Amino acid sequence: MTKPTALILTGYGINCDNETRFAFEKAGARAEQVHVNDLIEGLKKLSDYQILAFPGGFSYGDDIAAGRVLASKFITNLHEPMQRFLEDEKLVIGICNGFQVMVKCGLITAAETPLGGQTVTLTYNDSGRYEDRWVHLAATSPQCVFTKDIDTLYLPVAHGEGKFFAPDETLDALEKNGQVALRYTFADGHPANGSFPENPNGAPRDIAAVCDRTGRVFGMMPHPERFLSFTNHPRWTRMADRLRREGFPVPEEGAGLAIFKNAVCYFD
Amino acid sequence: MASRIEIIHRKDGIDAAGLALLRRMKADLNLGARQVRVADIYTIDRELSPEELERCRRELFTDPITQESAVNASVSLDFDWAVEVGFLPGVTDNAGRTAREAVGDLLGLAFADGQAVYSSRRYLIRGDFTREDIARVAALISNPLIHRVRIASLDEAKVEGLAFEPAKVTLEPNFRVDEVELELSDEALSRLGGQGILDRVEADGREVRRGPLALDLPSLYAIRDYFRKLRRKPTDVELESLAQTWSEHCKHTIFACQLDEIDSLYKSTIKRATNEIRRRMGTDDYCISVFEDNSGIISFVPGFNVCYKVETHNSPSALDPYGGALTGIVGVNRDPLGTGLGARLITNMYGFCFGNPFWNKPLPTRKPDGGEPILHPKIIFEGVRLGVEHGGNKSGIPTSWGFLTFDDRYMGKPLVFVGTLGLMPTEIHGRPSHEKQALPGDKIVMAGGRVGADGIHGATFSSESLHAGSPSGAVQIGDPITQKKLGDAQHEALALGLYRSITDNGAGGLSCSVGEMAKESGGCYVELDRVPIKYAGLAPNEIWISESQERMTYAVPLENVAAFLDLYRRRGVEATVIGEFTDSGRCVVEFGGASVMDVELDFLHDGLPRKELTSNWTRPERPEPAFPERSDFTEDLTELLSQLNLCGKEYVVRQYDHEVQAGSVVKPLIGVDGDVHSDASVTRPLLDRFEGVALSSALFPSYGDIDPYSMAACAVDTAIRNQVAVGADPKRVALLDNFCWCSSDEPGRLGELKRAAAACYDLAVAHDAPYISGKDSMFNDFKGFDECGNPLKISVPPTILISSVGFVPDIRRAVTLDAKQTGDRVYLLGETKNELGGGEYFRMLGERADGRPWIGNRVPEADPARTRPLYAALADAIQKGLCASACSVHMGGLAYALARTAMAGGLGLDLTRADAYTETGLSHGAWLFSESQGRFVVTAAPERAARFEEALSGQPLVSLGTVTEDARLRIRDESGQAFVDAGLSDLKHAYKKTLDW
Repeated sequence: MTKPTALILTGYGINCDNETRFAFEKAGARAEQVHVNDLIEGLKKLSDYQILAFPGGFSYGDDIAAGRVLASKFITNLHEPMQRFLEDEKLVIGICNGFQVMVKCGLITAAETPLGGQTVTLTYNDSGRYEDRWVHLAATSPQCVFTKDIDTLYLPVAHGEGKFFAPDETLDALEKNGQVALRYTFADGHPANGSFPENPNGAPRDIAAVCDRTGRVFGMMPHPERFLSFTNHPRWTRMADRLRREGFPVPEEGAGLAIFKNAVCYFD
Repeated sequence: MASRIEIIHRKDGIDAAGLALLRRMKADLNLGARQVRVADIYTIDRELSPEELERCRRELFTDPITQESAVNASVSLDFDWAVEVGFLPGVTDNAGRTAREAVGDLLGLAFADGQAVYSSRRYLIRGDFTREDIARVAALISNPLIHRVRIASLDEAKVEGLAFEPAKVTLEPNFRVDEVELELSDEALSRLGGQGILDRVEADGREVRRGPLALDLPSLYAIRDYFRKLRRKPTDVELESLAQTWSEHCKHTIFACQLDEIDSLYKSTIKRATNEIRRRMGTDDYCISVFEDNSGIISFVPGFNVCYKVETHNSPSALDPYGGALTGIVGVNRDPLGTGLGARLITNMYGFCFGNPFWNKPLPTRKPDGGEPILHPKIIFEGVRLGVEHGGNKSGIPTSWGFLTFDDRYMGKPLVFVGTLGLMPTEIHGRPSHEKQALPGDKIVMAGGRVGADGIHGATFSSESLHAGSPSGAVQIGDPITQKKLGDAQHEALALGLYRSITDNGAGGLSCSVGEMAKESGGCYVELDRVPIKYAGLAPNEIWISESQERMTYAVPLENVAAFLDLYRRRGVEATVIGEFTDSGRCVVEFGGASVMDVELDFLHDGLPRKELTSNWTRPERPEPAFPERSDFTEDLTELLSQLNLCGKEYVVRQYDHEVQAGSVVKPLIGVDGDVHSDASVTRPLLDRFEGVALSSALFPSYGDIDPYSMAACAVDTAIRNQVAVGADPKRVALLDNFCWCSSDEPGRLGELKRAAAACYDLAVAHDAPYISGKDSMFNDFKGFDECGNPLKISVPPTILISSVGFVPDIRRAVTLDAKQTGDRVYLLGETKNELGGGEYFRMLGERADGRPWIGNRVPEADPARTRPLYAALADAIQKGLCASACSVHMGGLAYALARTAMAGGLGLDLTRADAYTETGLSHGAWLFSESQGRFVVTAAPERAARFEEALSGQPLVSLGTVTEDARLRIRDESGQAFVDAGLSDLKHAYKKTLDW
């Protein structure tokens, strides 16, 4: 099995890079944290990596708009290598602020060719607040590499600008193209239908994650890298207590790892 | 000529910020607006072509999906009133700084010094309001100390336009270095110490002074004597530098003073306890570096240490709650960052003590004529909350632990505790990472933010009470992203071994950081003209003592300087060589080639004369509340859950990222619905290991109204007990002390201090829990006027916060307090006495009956001789997996712990009072609500009950009943008669409604 190498972008207020790197390594990839300036100055080359991860964080403090300034810096300087990276059918994942960066780079779009400008957005939560809470998700994209064989997930969100938004016709196209990868649901799997807090930000059609047409470029608001261990689950002590009493082993892994494993398996 | 880009959310979308203000106007001011929209405005003070501006507007500032925008025009006139809020010149404008960088990056051009982008916000309000109404709205969203505000009706806006001029700082060049005359009368010397160096005399004869040095007469005599020997006068740089270094904030002059018969309270209590405990632990001593560095270091697992520091930022938060709290949290981050050779930041904690946010009486004022009212407690609450939100979230540090406490005596000065835990490898490049050593010849490098006039007199300011003349220049706003970049670059520099020593720039700025590091090499030489400044016009003494944030000072060996500077440049962080460490024994500072400071290090650090103070204390006799006896306490319990000190604070916790870094194990909110507060948090600093760190804390300011000894003793005992409740090892709990006192020049207050410190010693030694770091803030008093213009002093209740950091041997054995399964047995561990004094039940009853808290006399007393073996036994039972849940009993008593156990579990409890370990004659009310120390509520699976009881044999343990399916908390007397019978949904409703904002 070839071990893909993931480039974990760092710098300017990205702050989930350590755990994102840990997630990829745990999933079986090699992973390297690379400062965006080292890519721009040519000290590191995008073409040397198979996976590009835009981790979560607060690039530029969310000033002007979340992800906007890093997106501008990235795409102004790295448009060409990024284009080639996509053409080489490699994988891109953005989580939370990384998703915001991708959206604002034009990497997430219903259009046939990415990087043609921003066509969708992530905007302020309807609550007007930053919120850290766990949400139930259903996987709904046939082609998304990262959610392959996943039906449902339970993950934390932690954001103030996580409402995925686009004109209705764009949302229709995304749905039609199978690009809506994760949706917010109730605990029983029923669609959240915008109800708070199941849909934590008011995103229309409960959209939590979106991929491109190929399924290889993927952005999500929830944080799979925060559920790598069973003990991250907010009610793990309850679940572990029950399992122990019933004589079952207590799992050690968290469900978020599946996203990263899917990325690694893609290169098998 | 400046240009302006204005951006607003399209009218067909949702303007979340506008809606938030609309809701707040209704909730806080009872003003019903028809619509509120928010426009962001960037004023670009640099020549740009129309094409360049348009490109910035389109590609940088405007979201093509949700926003519309305009260049040099009002983006919307859809309002009746507009309020525009921008920063005053010189105030940190993070969005403006980012915009400047982004515009430069996008257009590939540079901004020269003095060219900048300024951000402001315009609130567009529709509704039938008067100008006075809108002024009240403006007061809600701005602060005159940092903001400028314009209010305009639509007509006015059409005529006059809306935009501000750029908030540019324009100062005349200032190379002034004054010699300061000290051969003065005592009266004149006192004025110098209290009000500062004379800056100038106005035409009308009025003296303008630079702000307090906070030096008392003995200190000024010592300085005078020193300079007499040198046969010269001190410069203003020297005097300001000595004032910073000798400040109460830096030298803890009160804790170090001769108090009555005691030679330094600090040495004889806090430090003595730690020394004795460490001696006793011998080879098991896990303290690595305590009280020495910017935070206390203890060992964690082989290969790694953790360090922890808790600070306060009270005075700035009283004036600008947002900026004060943000600067506080980002500032305390730099303590671990500057500990040893630098730690990684793992988790933050917070603790807020506020006045009642629902205060509806007139506010005290700073001026006798009703001018300058203090900020409303809710405005302070909101500002502080947001400051810590931005500080933690934007830095990528989880805020895993915190608390809020309310008392009206915190109205004049809130207490804002902020803490940060760091992780460091034990060794780096074969050297212990907790040791640092600047060597002669090493270059002094300052990195991070630039120096401005902000924060000048910060260290001396916090040593003074707040009064009408308090310099608002002490207010500043932190910049978490600049610091994040700085920290990231530092981790790389550390890995490359590029520097030999490091400390942060906090209070006193360069004067303190360089002065402190100079002790390592034996001297320093600084050229102040090399220090990068935000704007021209700063005098040398200002550059030297400025507390501009987000700066670290490094000792970089000559051979590494180029690599160090290159690395920081590539990371977008400014780093500058400003001088050299020497072995001259002197602190030498030059400006423009001339010496402006030349003082022996020994005098700088040890020349401060010790204070001699006296104290007294007598236990107050308070009326014993007439205790209401009743047959049913359901209502009392329900109401108790809604009290400010006990109610749920999910509103705050949810807005703090408590899960970033992926190490969250026991979260601050737990249970089936994730809405009940836990007693401690557990975090896993290393994702590939199973050891964890538990954080908790305790404070009982109202116990101090009866006896400060009990206040401190109970805080220590509870801070340890809370650790045990989540599965930490009580043999490895380390403590931090934060004394926040008031009027510490009064013998009575010092007497209280002495008693509290004595308890700190006794309890730590009894539990073998060492102090590893601490901080004090001795003058938390507000002096002002009531609504009639009468002088008024509001002093915080003397408050000691004990923070605890515990070791969890295996996070997979951690427990939470929620009842787990129907049929589980419910136990009470510990002894219950008639100890309602200073407690929450009395507070509630008093407020209900008399409009103010009852206090009483029977304050809870800690009895470590009895609690220590209990804690050890329970910790052992938890490690063996015998407990399904464990809840520490503290504020609100047994009833509060039972309610949390039930609410968090979503399960009922059917219980019968059992009195094997109850003081005789205790009424049901006292049994329910007494805050006796050393108790837990534990549930255990029936099949493990026997083993659990055996593990606790010899300990005070009673079985109270079982966990039930029906969602009721029922407590019966021996005859089976229920004296509490509450539905969980009612309890939960009460618990959540108070701060359901």
